[in-house]
Amino acid sequence: MAIRVFLTLLLFLSSAIVSFSLYEDQAGLTDWHQRYIGKVKHAVFHTQKTGRKRVIVSTEENVVASLDLRHGEIFWRHVLGTKDAIDGVGIALGKYVITLSSEGSALRAWNLPDGQMVWETSLHTAQHSKSLLSVPINLKVDKDYPIIVFGGGYLHAVSAIDGEVLWKKDFTVEGFEVQRVLQPPGSSIIYVLGFINLSEAVVYQIDSKSGEVVAQKSMVFPGGFSGEISSVSSDKVVVLDSTRSILVTIGFIDGGLSFQKTPISDLVEDSGKAEILSALLSNMLAVKVNKRTLFVKVGGEGKLEVVDSLSDETAMSDSLPVADDQEAFASVHHEGSKIHLMVKLVNELDNVLLRETIQMDQHRGRVHKVFMNNYIRTDRSNGFRALIVMEDHSLLLLQQGAIVWSREEGLASVTDVTTAELPLGKDGVSVSKVEHTLFEWLKGHVLKLKGSLLLASPEDVVAIQELRVKSSGKNKLTRDHNGFRKLILALTRPGKLFALHTGDGRIVWSMLLKSPSNSQACERPNGISLYQWQVPHHHAMDENPSVLVVGKCGSDSSAPGVLSFVDVYTGKEISSSDIGHSVVQVMPLPFTDSTEQRLHLIADTVGHVHLYPKTSEALSIFQREFQNVYWYTVEADDGIIRGHVMKGSCSGETADEYCFTTRELWTVVFPSESEKIISTLTRKPNEVVHTQAKVNTDQDLLYKYVSRNLLFVATVSPKGAGEIGSVTPEESSLVVYLIDTITGRILHRLSHQGCQGPVHAVFSENWVVYHYFNLRAHKYEVTVVEIYDQSRAENKNVWKLILGKHNLTAPITSYSRPEVFTKSQSYFFAQSVKTIEVTSTAKGITSKQLLIGTIGDQILALDKRFVDPRRTLNPSQAEKEEGIIPLTDTLPIIPQAYVTHSHKVEGLRGIVTAPSKLESTTHVFAYGVDLFYTRLAPSKTYDSLTDDFSYALLLITIVALVAAIYITWVLSEKKELSEKWR
Amino acid sequence: MAKLTLLFFLSFLIFSSCIAFQSDELLVDDDEFGLEGAKPRSTDLHTSSSSSPQQQQQTPTIRRRYSDPTDLDSKVQFTLEHAFGDSDFSPAGTFSARLKTWSHGGKTLTKLRFSRNDFSAEEKEAFKNLLKGDDFYRIRLPSNVVSPPGREFVIASVRARCLPRDGLDEHFIIHMEGANILAVSYGSPGACQYPRQLKLPAKWSFNSHTILKSSEQAPRTPIFTEEILGGENVEGEVEPPPERSFWAKYWMYLIPLGLVVMNAVTQASNMAEEPAGGQAGGAQMQPAARRR
Repeated sequence: MAIRVFLTLLLFLSSAIVSFSLYEDQAGLTDWHQRYIGKVKHAVFHTQKTGRKRVIVSTEENVVASLDLRHGEIFWRHVLGTKDAIDGVGIALGKYVITLSSEGSALRAWNLPDGQMVWETSLHTAQHSKSLLSVPINLKVDKDYPIIVFGGGYLHAVSAIDGEVLWKKDFTVEGFEVQRVLQPPGSSIIYVLGFINLSEAVVYQIDSKSGEVVAQKSMVFPGGFSGEISSVSSDKVVVLDSTRSILVTIGFIDGGLSFQKTPISDLVEDSGKAEILSALLSNMLAVKVNKRTLFVKVGGEGKLEVVDSLSDETAMSDSLPVADDQEAFASVHHEGSKIHLMVKLVNELDNVLLRETIQMDQHRGRVHKVFMNNYIRTDRSNGFRALIVMEDHSLLLLQQGAIVWSREEGLASVTDVTTAELPLGKDGVSVSKVEHTLFEWLKGHVLKLKGSLLLASPEDVVAIQELRVKSSGKNKLTRDHNGFRKLILALTRPGKLFALHTGDGRIVWSMLLKSPSNSQACERPNGISLYQWQVPHHHAMDENPSVLVVGKCGSDSSAPGVLSFVDVYTGKEISSSDIGHSVVQVMPLPFTDSTEQRLHLIADTVGHVHLYPKTSEALSIFQREFQNVYWYTVEADDGIIRGHVMKGSCSGETADEYCFTTRELWTVVFPSESEKIISTLTRKPNEVVHTQAKVNTDQDLLYKYVSRNLLFVATVSPKGAGEIGSVTPEESSLVVYLIDTITGRILHRLSHQGCQGPVHAVFSENWVVYHYFNLRAHKYEVTVVEIYDQSRAENKNVWKLILGKHNLTAPITSYSRPEVFTKSQSYFFAQSVKTIEVTSTAKGITSKQLLIGTIGDQILALDKRFVDPRRTLNPSQAEKEEGIIPLTDTLPIIPQAYVTHSHKVEGLRGIVTAPSKLESTTHVFAYGVDLFYTRLAPSKTYDSLTDDFSYALLLITIVALVAAIYITWVLSEKKELSEKWR
Repeated sequence: MAKLTLLFFLSFLIFSSCIAFQSDELLVDDDEFGLEGAKPRSTDLHTSSSSSPQQQQQTPTIRRRYSDPTDLDSKVQFTLEHAFGDSDFSPAGTFSARLKTWSHGGKTLTKLRFSRNDFSAEEKEAFKNLLKGDDFYRIRLPSNVVSPPGREFVIASVRARCLPRDGLDEHFIIHMEGANILAVSYGSPGACQYPRQLKLPAKWSFNSHTILKSSEQAPRTPIFTEEILGGENVEGEVEPPPERSFWAKYWMYLIPLGLVVMNAVTQASNMAEEPAGGQAGGAQMQPAARRR
């Protein structure tokens, strides 16, 4: 009896230990955070001092960062706004990093060691133009050598010490385009070279102290320029003429201006359209003609002479001064799976200073950029290291013939994400492994027990924490019982597919999309979207799951598409095909064939749809449902939404039997003068709805209108489509619609006067939550719309249900007139929002949380209960019991509800949720420049014990109890015996 | 301070009602004064008409008491066109309405009437074919009623088998924005059975119902002054948590206690028995001892 009491007590205790929120020591147990910077545009090395060697980079994701040259770690980084593209980076005074951004209008200085902003100057700009940054190299604190910035038609001289604008000069002359700002070292004259209407070259000489124009020369070039330019020395530039067949050397020594023409045909036999490469080489330029790279030396009098030529696929760095007034540059070219890095002297191209061959992963593609840096070796000779940017945006440091470190920067530009299961674990596990793990397991639990009984020493605490982070087997590459281990498949902009492990975020495999036909027109397709192609269960268990990657050749909307099928377990491409038509819309159908391949429809620009996979089985499945396949298109620019139905097979020679024509069924035409589509949204196709009905407080039933064919559309007045605050409340209004995409019926239409976009919305089950700006209240608002079905409302009577007189099992058709009603309510929300998502669980039983990506790049989890349209000011007792929260005008932002806790997902663009096998838990993956993953349990983990549960304590207790029983039994036996002997 | 807030709140209310008045000007009813400050924000206008073979009747359901003397209204007419399956569109009826122009430039359609043309023999045949093939009967309206067809036609369609009942029942919901037609929902007034049965109409005449809909205004986000909130909060704090029964509170202690008590009782009863048994045993043993 005592045992039972003790056991019950123990059970109570153990259930009481279950924690309901994230504690400090739980951070990092299930979540991980990876920091990226994006594809590097500029790199400036800082290696002079003996201290930390670092490289300052700016990227296409508008990040400026300082990286450790030894390990590639980020010392510091700053993510500038999305519209704040970086035009130039430099190091001034040896201690400030100078960045020019926003088309030459924002100049900032960051402290080199720690990245603190030192000063920021916003420069006056008047027009769009090139922006050029020139930072003096000398280390003297001297106002004579200011930073020269050109941007927006103005030339500014800015002091590097405090960012003060020393002078500015207006170059906003009609048709004048500044091409280069040059300052010969040691000179106080700045040369500003520009073209007027690309036909007249103008050189201004400007005094760098005062900004006054000392001299001005102009000269008309009859043929006109193409705009491509390369500055070869401080007093010479080489440009291409408008026919791209003549190189023109422009010399402006001592205020003079001279042209010297050299036809390309004089330099190389097979002349064609030439292209000047951007590499800066002293007294030399690189020209690309007919896929060959020519090195053209510029002589003293502007004479051009070809000194070397290389095959294509060569990337070059700028030249760099090495000892004895000589300059060197690095070039990288491919040969099979290897790359060759060569460093040559500019003056003597035969003199190769360094030749290294490095084995390179095929899935990194070609080398795009090379940045070179030199150092002094231990034997006092020159050493070189090169930072290379690959086609998949990864960043690698090469030194001494090896890859010192690499960063997968492609993951900073994720475009689409899906999840996939891991392979099932093998049954046979060796005995030694089990013993090892058993011992480890016991040891771990003893440690945990110590921790929970407050007996642990500080070392033990550290060990416990380590153990928890390792959390035995969370990083295994096999499926687990709870579905916590999964693969996150992320498609990046350069067309590389990554598989990340949910346990620790490591890359399991990666694959760069290849063009199937290796045609010249499409060397590397860019990835657009990712679909689940084959998810084997039931009768195709032996097949590996696969995903469909839809890519496109070129940026044009009519560019031909490329399909690629990738095995999820191995990361190998199963097949790929050039589909020969464009891709406008990909529609996964709710049918699968006998091998569990999902049928997809792809719409092209001509208005035809194509069925995939192209098998006769798929075709027969599709033909069966031919009558019931509808689709819609949103023409956001024209403000028209069209519904279509399948009509027949395509006609024409090129058409095959998998191509179908469609017919227009309905249109919704928004008046162009008053409404403009800014957002459309549908439910997730794989969402699970657990219950169709909702029980009210008064024991009343509400039936949810759960339809897969609902489209949420938000429109604003065309005037209000701009930035927030650009219009008065009277001028702007926001209208939201719920449209049935089969019949084009508008089921709900609500206009918000004096409101403005951008609209961020989330659609789940029968509700939509959307976020917008209210101009009258000067606040952001969140509105919820829930849509309920009235036609089934009579099915409340129990007798009707028992006698079967209900219409719950009747098929639902969109052609019936829907009897729906909506409930809606608005709340203020204090933050501006980047994206909204909703948690999704396996069966849809667990209550939902909204995941709001805030402007601070964090993710806030907000219970759906807060955005319930039924909230009232004074809920009755019954309503309170149901969980209705008293009405407030503002949604609460609870600091503990940030699922990202201390992390920031810089440049947050999207959140993806996926269910795990455990009903209570959902996977959350957020991507932007950074990646973040965590597991959430919106209603707490009600269906499993926590990781903290001490099995050891339970085990020890049981053992102790059994022992106690045995001992007492023995004792009592003895006692009885002695009793009998008495 | 409290008064000031109250005053502010009241003035806000007045202000907001002013705004509400402005938006109320979009009402359908000609009688402005009768409806000043009135609530209806959704302006649904119902019209139903039925056409018989002999003559076309229009039965507008809404009648006005008098019309505005400063009448800026103009009559507009726009045609309904239909198509059978993939055929071209041909006229099928006429909507006529009054376009009311408001002083602030807004326009609304009122007094919508609809006259449906009857099916010609050809059209009947075409419709029968649609019924056989379970194909689509399509209609379209101009997207702008003032200058038809406007930018584009607004199209809607329905499976032809949904329409026939006794006659041909149809139901239009025309979504308007000023003088523009956004969309039209078209179908049978009630349910459409699935699977759809082939059924020819008994009468080849249309029974039309039309609803004109303009957009609903979203309700204002409730704004609570701090007083209300504060008051509530205080109340909420004062309010004791809901009284739970003794059992609900202490069950976790009571069960073990009960078990202990039960245990003790059984122990006690055992003890009670034991001495008795012991005595009995003793009684039995004593003679035995004596025997020894």
